[in-house]
Amino acid sequence: MRASRHAAPASLPIGSDADLAWVRQQVRQAAAELGFGLVQQTKLVTAASELARNTLVHGGGGHVEITPLNTGPSPGLRLAFVDAGPGIRDLDQAMTDGYTSGGGLGLGMSGSKRLVHEFEVDSRPGEGTTVTVTAWATVVPPARPGS
Amino acid sequence: MTGPSGNGPAGFGPPIAGPSGAGPMGGHGFTVPVLRLGDILLVTLQGELHDGMAEQLQQDITERIAHTRVTGVVIDISGVDIVDSFLGRVLAEIAAGAGLLAARTVLAGMRPAVAITLVELGLTLAGLRTALDVERAMEMLTAGEQDGGSP
Repeated sequence: MRASRHAAPASLPIGSDADLAWVRQQVRQAAAELGFGLVQQTKLVTAASELARNTLVHGGGGHVEITPLNTGPSPGLRLAFVDAGPGIRDLDQAMTDGYTSGGGLGLGMSGSKRLVHEFEVDSRPGEGTTVTVTAWATVVPPARPGS
Repeated sequence: MTGPSGNGPAGFGPPIAGPSGAGPMGGHGFTVPVLRLGDILLVTLQGELHDGMAEQLQQDITERIAHTRVTGVVIDISGVDIVDSFLGRVLAEIAAGAGLLAARTVLAGMRPAVAITLVELGLTLAGLRTALDVERAMEMLTAGEQDGGSP
């Protein structure tokens, strides 16, 4: 068992664009320590940047929980972006390429979903939104039938 | 993080100063060097670029183009770890603004991991000229001049 100061979940505030930069750095460091390759790191940090900006711009700020996953066959990193903002009224619409409510390019949600392995949205109108994403350092191919 | 700060040759203008002492990166100021080389502005992006900083850069570059009457802009992103949709949009808008001011923009030195990620993100920056490094970007811009403009 590797000792790591990232073994426990870390919570970082998202309240300014300086916080976004800090989140990117911390996600990069956590992913590197878990053995993510450069491309995987870049994809995950980019997704984190998109989602943290959503938390800031659409959710009115919030926080991200960074949880290293060391129990499976491959190390992974789970990021939960939590805000107490207005919530997402139409999730299907929010997940569509090019749809934007905030003056961006509309790629934040749909694009970051493509950059991670698992993507989950829990949003309640008036209560807030939690977007949870998980990426694995290496993806184990599914077992062949019959083997 | 080594950025030239006010020690460039005369006439190159001051680098754009970032906000320092704010947030968790407090005290860790950064600069975006903008150098004028003949008819070309060379902008070197490095490390973490805050959103507000990117927008400030857009304004500054556009004003510099108008004042200096350069005909080309090279944006070197070889020192940039990630390009998300926000920075991608700013880069595309810098190029579009430069185009309206009769200057051509070339994005130089994108890291392979960034290129892979941008395609998956869905941001291909169509219409933005790219070069593998600054040298080739400068060649593209000066070659275009000799031909009397873009093809």
